[in-house]
Amino acid sequence: MLEVFIFATLNGLVTGFLLFMLASGLTLIFSMMGVLNFAHASFYMLGAYFAYSLSLYFGFWTGLVFAPLIVGMLGAMIERYGLRRVHQSGHVAELVFTFGLAFLIEEATQFFWGRDTKNYQTPDLLDFPLFTLLGQEFSAYRGFMMTISVGIFIGLYYVLTKSRVGIIIQAAITHPQTVANLGHNVPLIFMGVFGVGTALAGLAGVIAGPVLTTFPGMATVLGSIVFVIVVIGGLGSLAGAFIASLLIGLLQSYAIASDVGMPDLLNLLGVSFDRSHPLNDLWTMNLPQIAPILPYLLLVLVLIFRPTGLLGKREE
Amino acid sequence: MKKYQLPAKDSIPFRKPLLAISLISALFLSSTSTAQEPVRIAFMDPLSGIFASVGNSGKTILEFAADYFYNSKGGILGGRMIEIVPLDNKQSPNESQLQFRRAISEGIQIIFQGNSSAVANTLNQTISRHNRRNPGQEVLQINYSAVDPILTEENCSFWHFRFDAHANMKLNILTDYIAADLDIKSIYIIGQDYSFGHVVSETTVKLMNEKRPDIEIVGNEFHPIGQVKDFTPYVTKIVSSGADAVITGNFGADMVSLARSIIDSGLDIPIYTFYAAYDGITATLGESGKNRIRLVHNGVTNPFPTEERKQFNRDFKLAHPNNDVTQPRIVNALQMVVKAMEETQSTDPYDIALALEDMRFTTMSGEEIWMRGEDHQIFQSLSISVHTDEGVEFDADNSGYGLVTEYKVPLEDTMVESSCQMRRPQR
Repeated sequence: MLEVFIFATLNGLVTGFLLFMLASGLTLIFSMMGVLNFAHASFYMLGAYFAYSLSLYFGFWTGLVFAPLIVGMLGAMIERYGLRRVHQSGHVAELVFTFGLAFLIEEATQFFWGRDTKNYQTPDLLDFPLFTLLGQEFSAYRGFMMTISVGIFIGLYYVLTKSRVGIIIQAAITHPQTVANLGHNVPLIFMGVFGVGTALAGLAGVIAGPVLTTFPGMATVLGSIVFVIVVIGGLGSLAGAFIASLLIGLLQSYAIASDVGMPDLLNLLGVSFDRSHPLNDLWTMNLPQIAPILPYLLLVLVLIFRPTGLLGKREE
Repeated sequence: MKKYQLPAKDSIPFRKPLLAISLISALFLSSTSTAQEPVRIAFMDPLSGIFASVGNSGKTILEFAADYFYNSKGGILGGRMIEIVPLDNKQSPNESQLQFRRAISEGIQIIFQGNSSAVANTLNQTISRHNRRNPGQEVLQINYSAVDPILTEENCSFWHFRFDAHANMKLNILTDYIAADLDIKSIYIIGQDYSFGHVVSETTVKLMNEKRPDIEIVGNEFHPIGQVKDFTPYVTKIVSSGADAVITGNFGADMVSLARSIIDSGLDIPIYTFYAAYDGITATLGESGKNRIRLVHNGVTNPFPTEERKQFNRDFKLAHPNNDVTQPRIVNALQMVVKAMEETQSTDPYDIALALEDMRFTTMSGEEIWMRGEDHQIFQSLSISVHTDEGVEFDADNSGYGLVTEYKVPLEDTMVESSCQMRRPQR
C-alpha cells in the first residue's frame, strides 16, 4: 500500500503543478481585466499542437522554447486587436468573445491538424525511469514536468512580489487609473499579462502534450477543471490558485488510489442492501469511480460555505 | 415539387427576369431529379468533440464505399446515387434525439450509427417508438459498432441490425485466448463507466471463472468516460496489484492515454483491448506497444486474404492518404443494405429489413457472413491481432506499425444463443 500512497502523491503533485500553470494565467487575467477567459484551455491545446509540429522538424527542445512564445504572441495579439475593442462593450461582450474564441480555436486546430491523436512523444533524453520504487517506475519526464512547473511558480511569485514590473502589475489590478496617471502604459501592461498568461497555458500544453496525449479534445477535458480551480482558490488570487491546484491534483489522485466506497461505509453502519435495490448503483459506488467528479463537488461545497473561494478577497 | 407562393407585391409572375430564370430552372431541375432522386443515408456519430476522430473515420469510410462501389458505377436501383448525410450527435443520447428528428424531417429512412452503446440504445428505443406511431415512415437503424449485447437480446428490435460482433462474442474469444496462456495468473479489468464498460467487466469475470478459475481478478475498475486527464494514478494501482495482463474496452482518447500511461510506467504486461488501433492510436503507441497490445475484432488484418480487399485499401489510401480503413464492417453493412434494396427493388425499411434477415453475403475479403434473422446479429469470423511492425503490408496511421492476425476463429465457433423475442410489425 505504501508505494500506492507515494505514487499517488507524486502523481497528484505533477497534475497539481500542471493545473497551476493554467490556473495562474487565468486568475491573473481575471484579476486585471475582470473577465474570465473561456478560451484559456484552448491556448493550452495550441501550445501542445505547435510544439508537436515544431518537434517534427527541430526536436522537442525547440518546441519547448518556441511554442509558448508563439502562443503568447498570439494571445497578446488577440488581446490587442480583439479583446480590447470588445472591452468597450462591457464584460458580457468580453465573455462571449472568449467563449466564441474557444470554439474557433478548437475548430481551427481540427482543420489544420486533423481530428486524430497526434504522435507527440517525450524526448529521448528524458526517456528513462528517474527512480524505481517498490517495483514502480517514476519517469524522468514526469520529474521534468514537475521541475518546470515549480520553476514557473517560483519565478512568477518572485516577479509579482519582488520586481518593479510585478509591483506595477499589482497596482494596475486595483488602481488602473492611478497607475495610468503615474505615466505607465496600462493597456500595454494588460496586453503583456494576457500574453504571459496564455504563454504559460501554452507551456503547460507543451509539457503535458506527450504524456496526456495531444488530441482535439484536450482543451475540453482540462478547461472546466481550471475554472473550478480559480473559483475554489478565490477569483484573482494567485496563492489561492496554487493551493486549489495542488488540492485538486492530490484529491483526484488519492481518490483513484483508494479502494473505499459505499459498500465499506454501509458495512461500517451495519446496513446492507439487496442487489435488486432500485438504488443499487448508489450503494455499490466507490471512490475511484467518482474521482474525476470530486472537484466539482468541492466547487459546490466551497460556493455554499465560502463563496469568495479559499483566499478570495473580492466581495463587498 | 411544391407550388410557389409569391408574395403579393410580386403578383405579376416573372416580372423579374432573374426570378423567372430561377423558377424555370427550379422546375426543370425538380422534374429531372424525381427520376434520379438519391437514396439518402444518415451517418449519425460524433463528428466534433472528444471522440470526433472515431466518428469522422467511419464517415470517411462510408462515403468512400458509397462512391467506390455504387456512385462511380452509375448508382443503385437503376441510376439512383447514394447520398451520405452526416449528422453530428456529439456522442450524446440527447443530441442524438435531436439529430433523429432532423433525419425524420429530411425524410431519411436509414441511419448508420456505431459509437457508444448508450447512444445506440437510445436510438433503438426512439426508432421503435417512432416506427410504431408512424407506419409508412419507418426508419432502419444500421448499427455498425455499438456492441452492448442487450441490443440483440432483451432490447432487440425488428428495425435494428448489428454488423459488429457484440461484446460477449468478442470476450468469449478473448478469454479463450487468455485462458490458453498459462503464464497469466491474474488480470486487471479497467473500463469506461457506461453500459459497454460494465458489460466487458461482468462478462470477463464470468467467463474467466468458467474457463480458468485459478486466474485471479485483481482489479475491476471504472472511470468516467472522456473525463480522465491522466491515467497514471490508475496505472499505479495496476502495478501494485501485480496483474499479469490488462483487459480494457476503452476507445478513443481514453484508450490511447491508458495504454500510454501503462507503457510509461515501465509495466511490461500484455494489454487486451477492443479498439487500440488507428486514428492516431497506432502511431502514438509505436515501438513501445509492439507485441504487447492485442485487439479482438471482426474483419481481417494483415495478411489480407484477397486481392479485392487489398485493392480497396490501396484505392482508399489514394483518396485519403491520412486515413485508414479502420472499420471494414461499415463497408459490409452498406453492401448488404444495398443488396437488400436491389433484391426487393425498394428503399422501404420494412422490405430492406425482411431481405436482410438471414442474408448470407460474401465480403470483399472473400468471407461469407450471415445476418441471423432471429435477433439481427451478424456472424463472421473473429480474430485477435497484435500491434507490430513485422509482416505489416498495410500499416495504420502511416506509422509502419499495424495489426497482424495471430488467432482466428471461424464463424461457426463464434455462435452464441440469443434471448431475443422480437416484436415483428404486422403489414
